[in-house]
Amino acid sequence: MEYFLSEQQKTLKGLARRIAEQRILPVRAELDEREEFPWDLIKEMASSDLLRVFIPEEYDGLGGGTFDLCLVIEELSRICGGIAISYAANALGVLPLILYGSDAQKKKYLPEVASGARLAAFAVTEATAGSDASAIRTSARRDGDHYVLNGTKQFITNGGEAEIYTVVVMTDAAKGSRGASALVVEKGTPGFTFGKKEKKMGIRSSATRELVFRDCRVPVENLISREGMGFIVAMRTLDRSRPGVGAQALGIAQGALEAAVEYAQQRVQFGHPISAIQAVQHMLANMATELEAARALVYATARTIDAGAKSFTEESAMAKLFASDMAMRVTTDAVQILAGAGYMRDYPVEKMMRDAKITQIYEGTNQVIRNAIALEVLKRKARQE
Amino acid sequence: MNVVVCIKQVPAKIKIEIDPKTGTLRSGGVDRAINPPDLYALEEGIRIKEKTKGKVTVLTMGPAKADESLKEAIGFGADEVILLSDPAFEGSDTWSTSHILAKAIKKIGQFDLVLCGKQSIDGETGQVGPQLAEALGVPFVSLVNRIEELGEGFIKVMRMSDEGHQLIEMTLPGVITVVKEINVPRIPSLRGLMAAKKAKIPVWNAQDLEIDPATVGSAGSPTRVAKVFFPQRTQKSEMLQGSPESQVEQIVERLRQARAI
Repeated sequence: MEYFLSEQQKTLKGLARRIAEQRILPVRAELDEREEFPWDLIKEMASSDLLRVFIPEEYDGLGGGTFDLCLVIEELSRICGGIAISYAANALGVLPLILYGSDAQKKKYLPEVASGARLAAFAVTEATAGSDASAIRTSARRDGDHYVLNGTKQFITNGGEAEIYTVVVMTDAAKGSRGASALVVEKGTPGFTFGKKEKKMGIRSSATRELVFRDCRVPVENLISREGMGFIVAMRTLDRSRPGVGAQALGIAQGALEAAVEYAQQRVQFGHPISAIQAVQHMLANMATELEAARALVYATARTIDAGAKSFTEESAMAKLFASDMAMRVTTDAVQILAGAGYMRDYPVEKMMRDAKITQIYEGTNQVIRNAIALEVLKRKARQE
Repeated sequence: MNVVVCIKQVPAKIKIEIDPKTGTLRSGGVDRAINPPDLYALEEGIRIKEKTKGKVTVLTMGPAKADESLKEAIGFGADEVILLSDPAFEGSDTWSTSHILAKAIKKIGQFDLVLCGKQSIDGETGQVGPQLAEALGVPFVSLVNRIEELGEGFIKVMRMSDEGHQLIEMTLPGVITVVKEINVPRIPSLRGLMAAKKAKIPVWNAQDLEIDPATVGSAGSPTRVAKVFFPQRTQKSEMLQGSPESQVEQIVERLRQARAI
């Protein structure tokens, strides 16, 4: 399909593919096996300017939009979903600052993220608060010109490795979700430590860890936007980042499809390659068709956002939903086509299937995502009446 | 330190096809890329520049389309690039190529070190590096796998040889060719590649280099390709019969006949 990429986007995509194929491919299995965070690769991405892509130009970035970011995430995910998410979670970590940060906050943090000097992470989830963000318990009590934080965030991507955390906390628990606020907390702040490092099913080279706050004093100038805006900041941030999850799903599925096609043409049974068997052909046809449909939706959504649309909650949720469900099916079918070999860790598709699963879960489970889409659909009907 | 790196644009995927008339390699219509061994020379040149706060100039001789490879070199971090291109240069052998490169380097003026890849993946002669040093009248070391020291007016390098390694000190200016063991080339930067897209690549032709067209290109190349062919894959096997002792005797006899022992 011709998606009419600009020259700059072609260069960007080509560079991301180069890094993925030359640097990530040789180590992806080992990093997955050892559950090791890919610092060398992050440094390499930084030196080739990939971490600048999503940062505005006035803060040493390249001013790329959602689409540019999606192109990079897709190419990295084609080779390794785990490394791609470490990259994407960094973008997610600074999105609240890009969208709602003050100029002073942006000046302080964005250039460091652009150069790769420091990584970022975004933290909402807690033991009792996932899809239900209003159930956040981590509290921030105002004390003079500081907030005092107490509580624990869990399942935080880039946790422990990142140095800049955008954290959603309760500044006024009585107000429910309207009592939430977003704050920047820097690694090294007294009272801020890291808890358990999670052992995951997939995306195992990425770091997922608890953030523990015990009387952690954060200066009030670290408040993003105003008190009570935390929930809005989180929702608008996720509206913008969900196409990135879609792009991750596209890349993982693309990698799986390529592996399945290659294997089907090589594997000989009954005297001919299994690609000559119509049952296999139809599986490949479905995989390719669904993948392309998902790509069209993710790209169109990203372009809608970049064109300056006011509201895109629905589109963004659809892109994440459709692409992640597609990736789960395509990677499962890829394992099926490789069959016994596909189930073995010597071949890459079982990892792709494990990596695909998370795209149906994070940044909103596909069930809560459907709720969001349905809500928009029903609201639209109500507005018409 | 002023470093000059010579690169060649080659087919990105080597699928050898020989022109039956001229006996040379056909390369039209395929994707082209920087000769992979030259990337190590380019990387080393950029590292020297970063260490010594010097300058890297990248040269290539080739058709107009070779400017793509020079743009890529800018993406890697080259400060200046020059395309040496003229219809008269077409068909140049290694002697002619190295003389054209030498003329260009002399025109650039002051230089400390010239770096080349050990050989191209299409021609595979490995001759341009040494011939360039000869044409420039400067010393030369081939197959360098490590630069040990960069000093005032000299360089100390480790050279790979069949018997092991040689530690060689050479006065500068000079020419070295490098092997892949010397470094891991970086990935070009996005800002570099974007700047490169807009870059205008200067082109020097025969006139700019004050080269008599008759002395270069097919006309000025002393190399004559007698014949280029795919070697026939031949395999002859014979099963020896008899007891192990008699088979050994037969083998020894055959080896004697073949003057192998």
